[in-house]
Amino acid sequence: MLDLLIAGLATGAIYAIVAVGFTLLWQTSQTINFAQGEFVMLPAFLMLAAMHVGAPFWLAIVIGMLLSLLLLGLGFKMLLVDPMLRHGVLPLAIATMALAIGIKEAVKQFFSAEASPFPSIVPAGDISILGRQVALQSVGVLALAIAAVVGLTMLLNRTSIGHQMQATAQNPTVARIIGIPVERMILMTFLINAFLVALASLLITPIYLAKFSSGEVLGQAAFIAAIVGGFNQVRGAIAGGLLIGVVDNLAAAYVSTQYRAAVPMVLLILIILLRPQGLLGRAEERTV
Amino acid sequence: MSMFNRYWRIALGVVVIAALIIAPMYLNRYGLFILSQWAVMTIAAMGLNLTLGYAGQVSLAQGAFVGIGAYSAAIMTANGMPLIAGLGVAIVLCFAIGWILGYPALRVQHHYLAFVTLAFSTLAFLVFRNESWLTNGIYGISNIPRPTILGYPTNRPLPFYYVCLGSLALVSFATWWLIRSPWGRAFVALRENPVRALSLGIDTRRYTLMAFAIGSALGGVAGTLYAPLTQYIDPVPFNLSLSLDLLMMVIVGGSGFFFGPFLGAMIAVLLPEWLRFTQGYYLMLYAVAVILLLIYSPSGILGILDRYLTERRTKAASALRAVAKSGLEPAP
Amino acid sequence: MKSGILAGILLATMTAAAALAQSGAPIKLANVAELSGGGATVGTNWKNGIDLAIEEVNAKGGVLGRKLEVTHADSQSNPGVARAQVQKALDGEPYVLLGPGYSGSVKVTAPLAAEAGIAQIMGGEAAELTQGGNKFLFRTSFGQQSSMPKVAKYINDEVKAKSVAIVWVNNDFGRGGRDVITKEFAKLGIKVAADLSTEAGQADFAADVSKIKAAAPDAVFIYLNEEESARILKELKRQGVTVPLIGETTLVGQKVVELAGDAANGARGHVGLTTDAPVDLIKAFREKFSKKYNYVPDHNGLKGYLAIYMIKATTEKMGKVDSKAFADNLHGLTIKAASEPGILMDATFDKNGDIDRQGFLVEIVDGKQIIKQVLPKLN
Repeated sequence: MLDLLIAGLATGAIYAIVAVGFTLLWQTSQTINFAQGEFVMLPAFLMLAAMHVGAPFWLAIVIGMLLSLLLLGLGFKMLLVDPMLRHGVLPLAIATMALAIGIKEAVKQFFSAEASPFPSIVPAGDISILGRQVALQSVGVLALAIAAVVGLTMLLNRTSIGHQMQATAQNPTVARIIGIPVERMILMTFLINAFLVALASLLITPIYLAKFSSGEVLGQAAFIAAIVGGFNQVRGAIAGGLLIGVVDNLAAAYVSTQYRAAVPMVLLILIILLRPQGLLGRAEERTV
Repeated sequence: MSMFNRYWRIALGVVVIAALIIAPMYLNRYGLFILSQWAVMTIAAMGLNLTLGYAGQVSLAQGAFVGIGAYSAAIMTANGMPLIAGLGVAIVLCFAIGWILGYPALRVQHHYLAFVTLAFSTLAFLVFRNESWLTNGIYGISNIPRPTILGYPTNRPLPFYYVCLGSLALVSFATWWLIRSPWGRAFVALRENPVRALSLGIDTRRYTLMAFAIGSALGGVAGTLYAPLTQYIDPVPFNLSLSLDLLMMVIVGGSGFFFGPFLGAMIAVLLPEWLRFTQGYYLMLYAVAVILLLIYSPSGILGILDRYLTERRTKAASALRAVAKSGLEPAP
Repeated sequence: MKSGILAGILLATMTAAAALAQSGAPIKLANVAELSGGGATVGTNWKNGIDLAIEEVNAKGGVLGRKLEVTHADSQSNPGVARAQVQKALDGEPYVLLGPGYSGSVKVTAPLAAEAGIAQIMGGEAAELTQGGNKFLFRTSFGQQSSMPKVAKYINDEVKAKSVAIVWVNNDFGRGGRDVITKEFAKLGIKVAADLSTEAGQADFAADVSKIKAAAPDAVFIYLNEEESARILKELKRQGVTVPLIGETTLVGQKVVELAGDAANGARGHVGLTTDAPVDLIKAFREKFSKKYNYVPDHNGLKGYLAIYMIKATTEKMGKVDSKAFADNLHGLTIKAASEPGILMDATFDKNGDIDRQGFLVEIVDGKQIIKQVLPKLN
């Protein structure tokens, strides 16, 4: 039981990081990013490519992070989101679906269809917690994920940039009137998302392996975590991510391994029926 | 002017229909298969277009409804019943499930149907895969027979293509009639202005639900054709990505336009086939093409056409006005 | 002067034309495989194996003096698309059809190839594929109906386990293997202590392993893909499961050892086709493959490679390129590695298109595959 909880939390922490980025984009620019999973898959390959041309691991991480900010943050916003934003949610969402196909195919074509091992920033091996053997990797992932999320929450709640970002998310028109540089704030959220996906990539690729298709499962899990958490709250996304990770493991252990993927879905439907604003979400005004 | 336009349209329609009937006689089996696939996907996309384009609701489960239709057809025909029985079961089942899913979702909030259908999509896949007693699980169902219609077997590719084309024609007429009926007008009123629709006494929830349920049933119709087309089904093709593909077809073709799904399905089914000469790059190029198209015209292909026609009409109108004005002015 | 050049060109053209006539037009092959979607790794290995073999064959003058030429088509790992692509390939009248690798896609395409009278050499491993009396379908590896009984026998005779937990991946590969071995266990009176399905791409095996622990079996049978095999081995070690871990090619391959590290030690299994086999020709193949494509192939790379040499050997035996007679000639044919090194190990094809070949029982010791037993060819 304890083993399952710890493993579930470690997996859930990853979902949480990815779901937070997802929620941020939705809040500030009504972008539903169906390529979020592929965004997590890609930075690992950028890092591998940097190592392939001779960069040491730490430098490869830096290069991968910078490229990710450039491509998945700035590039994504300027080339895809900006031209389509005023035309509504759906065409943009569809375009990100096409983007997901494009990224997957490009990685397969230019790197490999094989799974490649990826070095871990956390040393291999186990440590003993409460008499249980726990993988250091899981503990490391959990710790770094918590650090990232705490850092983000501090940024949002304690700094003036964070306050401006929140204001932008809540009501761009009013934010603009009171003099907040809304455009810059939106760009900022895209960069934060790019940083989060690159971090997630670094944390999980040693476990998931670098493979062109590894974003599919992750993107869907993060999407569901965001919905469960309320879709409009950073802490909701975190709670949603952790919950999905734990529920998945408990479902496999106590319900049925064949139907393990069904339990989070049933949970999702129940939450929508009983608590439509999500676990921790605010009730959103109806847009009608 | 407008009469001329109308004749052109009718002429274009006749040419396209004639081409769809005659040209396949000269196609090889591969070409016939792809065209049949196009017809089937168009039917499914038309259903989704009702839900999305006319009632303004996002469904992420149209692929699952196609799956339900395909399994109904496969299971019924494997037990010796005719395909038409499978069709009936598929329509009733998809309509009922659509109603049951939509009812609570639409009660709470507008865009929650998308989330509920997302969950349903995954659940449907798991049932197809795990309930082996019914669906034969991951092994799938093989040797699905093609129907005999009025004593005429449709086993060969060409006759079965005509079955698909004929079904597409029937569904198109039915949808056309539905959209022009008072019901259809209510759907449109809903999409354009839900508040006003409500104040005019339209029971918005019931009509939205109806549009979604009918749209889902059309997904089932497409499924009952898909099964005998490939003659083998397993759960994998009906996962979430088919639902997303169908959504893409509707948006790319032009959501809310009657002919949008025809063009969208053409892009999704035929474009990758045309691009296959680029070998490993074809799906990448396909993705880029879809993105560029959407950036250029977020309202889809028919959106471009619509924009172009409106521009021409306003130009023509202002030209007319200018002529009329000059006519009114006294000669110098 | 001018006429001299002209004459030269004329002569050159004539010689070239004569050479062409002698060697004949290239022999056309068509490959339909999973190059994108869930099976992309399988299909890409298969395709690369084919390309490597064709390059070698053509460099040595081709088959009966004619070059081989192949077209690759992507089935997107979807049976419907596979059907369309096979239809397209058959419309082009290839000499032999290669692929697909997924059993579902084989099922939907095999009737088409049979109807066209064209032999189909495929990668599917499901037991039922070759049991429907199709006279044109050939395997490149053991079907599960021949590999699983060997594993079950090993578990019964050598491990002497009375109860076994089965972990399998819930796709047509894993499900097929699980169904066959469950039947074999029943015959031998071995109890199935736990029957655990897992998802392709699953990363977290904590729950599955805790269920295994709770069932306390004498042995665990693991039938997953390489990546998932490595993950479950790590989790088994972490949770302290010490009973014998037994599997197939995908549990004891070099790739699993690479990914799982010392958690792979002690894993044993039956291996039908592996690039780790202690056979010189296979080692050489592995070297050539990794040099060309920069990675170590899995057994699907081997399968694609073998398919081409099956075509070469059969065609040379017939002494002519005859599409209609191909299947008849491959049935009952034994290809010896001594005379056709490309086949890597002696192989015989029976009347169903099943392959008979040497197999191995191996164990991982200190990160190395050690052959415990060689299972001889049946005939």
